[in-house]
Amino acid sequence: MSQQVEAPQAKQLEFVTLVAGGQNFCVEITQIREIRRWTPVTILPHSPFHVLGVINLRGAVIPIIDLAVKLGFEKIQPTERHVIIITAIEDRIVGLLVESVSEILGVSADMVRETPRGPEDPATRAIQGIIPVDDDMTKIINLGALMPSLDPVAA
Amino acid sequence: MATDPSILDTFFEECEDLIVALTEGLTEMRDGAEDDETVNAVFRAVHSIKGAAGAFALDELVGFAHKFETVLDELRSNRLTTDENLLRVLQRAGDVLADLVEAARDNIPANRDQVDPVLNELQAFLGDEDDQPEEEFVFEAMTLDFDNAEEQSGYRVSFRPSHEFYACGHDPELLIKALNELGSATTSVDDTALPDDFGDFDWESGYLTWTIEIEDLATDLGILEIFQFVDDLCDLKISPRDTPLTPGAAPAIELEDLPDIVQTTPIEVAPKDEHPPADTPPVEAPSTGPKADAKPAKRNAISLRVDPERVDRLINAVGELIINQSVISQRLEKAAIPNSSDLFADLDDYKLLAREIQEGVMAIRAQPVKPLFQRMLRIAREAADGTGKDVAIVTHGENTEVDKTVVERLADPLTHMIRNAIDHGIEAPEQRKAAGKPAQGVLTLTASQRSGSIVIEIADDGAGLNRTRIRAIAVEKGLIPADATLSEQEIDQLLFAPGFSTATEITNLSGRGVGMDVVKTAITTLGGRVAISSVPGKGTTFSITLPLTLAVMDGMIINVGGQTMVVPISSILESIRPNTSDISRIGLHGELLRIRGEYVPIVDLADRLGHPPDKRTMTDRVLLLIQTETVPQCALAVDDIFDQRQVVVKSMQGNYGAISGISGATILGDGKIALIIDPDAIALNAAPRNFEEEALHVAAS
Repeated sequence: MSQQVEAPQAKQLEFVTLVAGGQNFCVEITQIREIRRWTPVTILPHSPFHVLGVINLRGAVIPIIDLAVKLGFEKIQPTERHVIIITAIEDRIVGLLVESVSEILGVSADMVRETPRGPEDPATRAIQGIIPVDDDMTKIINLGALMPSLDPVAA
Repeated sequence: MATDPSILDTFFEECEDLIVALTEGLTEMRDGAEDDETVNAVFRAVHSIKGAAGAFALDELVGFAHKFETVLDELRSNRLTTDENLLRVLQRAGDVLADLVEAARDNIPANRDQVDPVLNELQAFLGDEDDQPEEEFVFEAMTLDFDNAEEQSGYRVSFRPSHEFYACGHDPELLIKALNELGSATTSVDDTALPDDFGDFDWESGYLTWTIEIEDLATDLGILEIFQFVDDLCDLKISPRDTPLTPGAAPAIELEDLPDIVQTTPIEVAPKDEHPPADTPPVEAPSTGPKADAKPAKRNAISLRVDPERVDRLINAVGELIINQSVISQRLEKAAIPNSSDLFADLDDYKLLAREIQEGVMAIRAQPVKPLFQRMLRIAREAADGTGKDVAIVTHGENTEVDKTVVERLADPLTHMIRNAIDHGIEAPEQRKAAGKPAQGVLTLTASQRSGSIVIEIADDGAGLNRTRIRAIAVEKGLIPADATLSEQEIDQLLFAPGFSTATEITNLSGRGVGMDVVKTAITTLGGRVAISSVPGKGTTFSITLPLTLAVMDGMIINVGGQTMVVPISSILESIRPNTSDISRIGLHGELLRIRGEYVPIVDLADRLGHPPDKRTMTDRVLLLIQTETVPQCALAVDDIFDQRQVVVKSMQGNYGAISGISGATILGDGKIALIIDPDAIALNAAPRNFEEEALHVAAS
């Protein structure tokens, strides 16, 4: 009985949903290390606009990126209510500043729809798919595509 | 023998790194990077492989690398232009070089079908002017192999280790084992030299002579390779197997009057063919026997082999512990706890313990420089042989301990420096005699610890630096203007300029002037400095000063544009609160500091780091007078200085990438990150201002 149920079923995926630039997004849970409250950062000289600075995460130096800016929205003015999502992108650890984190969303892989291609936009380029949720939907962020190489600042 | 396979291993490990660098450089070139630095990087990698391969007599590798390097040198000096075809050949050459390294490591012959076409293509770029001897050299090595293949079918190796052999910690067992791996071998031992009376037994003396017969062996190259590190430490005879074994073939026996005693025959290696060793006297091995004779030099030092990664994790954790300890101290100071509280005494204990653990952990990474020096001795000997000079090599302070990474990364620079010292420093015997010096030159290699630093000195008693010539060459190569006024030290420093070579002819040994450039870069990366002192006619001394450890640094905590930052103490000469009269303006923005009659440029650190401009005048700020390798002196304007403390250095590279002017980061007592300033970079590009970036920063803040 159980075989019959499981075999045809698509892979289960889990996402963490978040809000950045006032819109819903989500990131696959396997890419997330932890979620922290906003803490003041150390500013890096000559850093790009979306790089807020670095924080100390138990001894490691972690860069913090403003996800809203990276997606083409207005810069977030961070307060204590804002959240940093610590993500592992390939072998780098990077923190993403977002407005809030809402829930963990479990869906089967066949629920994920392809991103409809509209006009090019920083946000759509980094979206690898969308998931309908109730009346709304959420967009899956492809972190690898969002930050191909963390723009090490040219000397 | 005990240490020697590990030296080869180290070489191959380094080759792996060099090949990675080489491949990266080539990829960058293919992607359109045409800057000199990329070509230089590729060139250096090939050159380093060639140099080290030369030390191990890997002739095919050397021959190929030489040709490769020559093409790159042409490219570097713009005698060749980059086009599709050249890039393709270079790429292939890179692959072939990697293959050759692998072939050398696995001890298999290189695939000439693959190598030769590329060699020819490389040659095509060079035209006819390339030095032919190098190529002949390669062919010679080939013919040699063939000759041997046809003549020999087996070898007899007879060796008797000397006292020094054992004293150096070599082990005959390993040699015999290695010989057994060459082919089916029969081992026998001659123990007639053993003292009769147990009382006369000197347990560090070599009494035993082993004879190993190896069948089906085409050449003696394999045997020579096994013995290459110990051939001067034992009586070694290698003869074709079909020559009759004369009694005289046994090495001279000094203690003939000593009859038999009970002893252990240390044949622990079963020959592959499992024949009992024919000549071995059937000796019983009583448990009371002096078993020590097999490895007399090995004391009962028990050591632990640990994965270096585990140690690094421990070091990181201890770094955290130290930081955590200062976080707690700082918080307790702020909390209103009476000074009389026991808590502070306990806190002091905590501090002490944490430091103690840190020192202990650091000591795990520390390694004596001895293996490194041994390797250098070999390189020095070979360099001396290669140049036909008579050089005695002396080492001091072999037991000085240095961080493991430092030991590893010193190998390349030291190799270059030693070769340079022998090739250019020490004169030929006739010249020495003419100068009233003994014909034999002396090269001294010294390691010592001086107040928190390790100093390694390479001293020769040669002719000293020829400063007139160095100057002339630098002018010729366009490194300095012809009318430049340089102090002796400044002239000496020219040796480290990229592309500088004092040798008028390119020798196989010390190369094309990349050497000292590489040396300087390697040592600077380790946080060290190189100094030269040279007396004409008396010799030259290079001193390398290195920090004891790479993980901890003494820093000055400063404030710049509201950010707390760290400046390495090692580069700060003094801190100054200037008076108005000490500051003079130059141009629209420039300012100079007058100090003891000298004028020193002022670099506004905040401005340099892209912080919003500071309206305050210099007199409200603190100036740090810094001296770096690249720029004589400059004054860094900072907002304030706090205190001096040890900081744990963290790399920025992993998660972010390099930042101009920043060498790393550290974590302060309050858990916040402070960036560590790289004074060299700051002073060097007292930056062309990037207004766009500045505008962004203003907008951001």
